[in-house]
Amino acid sequence: MIAVLVIGGLLLAAGAVLALVRAERGPTMLDRTVALDTLTIILVCGVAMEAAWSRRVDTVPMLVVLALVGFVGSVTIARFASVEPEGEGRVLTREEVAALEADRLRAMDEDLTSRDEENHGGSAQGEVAR
Amino acid sequence: MSVTLVLDVIAGALLLGGAFLAFAAGLGLARFPDVLARTHAATKPQVLGLILVLSGLALRLRGEPIVWMLLLVVLFQMLTSPVAAHMVSRAGYRTGKVRRDLLVADDLGDDLDAAARPAED
Repeated sequence: MIAVLVIGGLLLAAGAVLALVRAERGPTMLDRTVALDTLTIILVCGVAMEAAWSRRVDTVPMLVVLALVGFVGSVTIARFASVEPEGEGRVLTREEVAALEADRLRAMDEDLTSRDEENHGGSAQGEVAR
Repeated sequence: MSVTLVLDVIAGALLLGGAFLAFAAGLGLARFPDVLARTHAATKPQVLGLILVLSGLALRLRGEPIVWMLLLVVLFQMLTSPVAAHMVSRAGYRTGKVRRDLLVADDLGDDLDAAARPAED
């Protein structure tokens, strides 16, 4: 049984590493979904193999949960996140981050300086008449 | 040569078969060219591999409530994995992530073309 555990564990680990490689390389969100789905199943197989080796029963409910979790993830991504607009989700360069920050600061300054002196502190609308 | 030993040997063979399918899926995921082909590779351990591993586990544990719970896992997987694979493949096709030159048959493309064409008769 120990030989089965070692060989099976090695095969599962190799499969998991290859799936992780695909999840890292992409190139699309759907490829990553498929790879992570496979990773979940390999996890289920690993837990089952450990349970078979030590003849334990308490990890079996975990298998039920894991079998359902992978489904929710892949359906959600396929439904809502499969369209990736060009340029979105990209890591910004240092200059782009600086430009965005400058824009934000300028907008904040304008907001502070463009105060209407007439109705300072809000208009009279809604005040209780004396 | 007791019954227990025979059952353990069968369980070991089933577990190894399931682990091999998981490895094959990893290999297919890393090597295949587009989403559809990778989905095809990923399906191997999702149903057959899981059935093999859980049968091996059931032969090792040999308790009736456990067998029912493992059957539940297989049932969930057989219900959910076709739906997930279908949605992933369809989303991939409709957002242009499928390599059309590798397809032998393209029924969805034909149907989409027919639906886009105005009715002539």
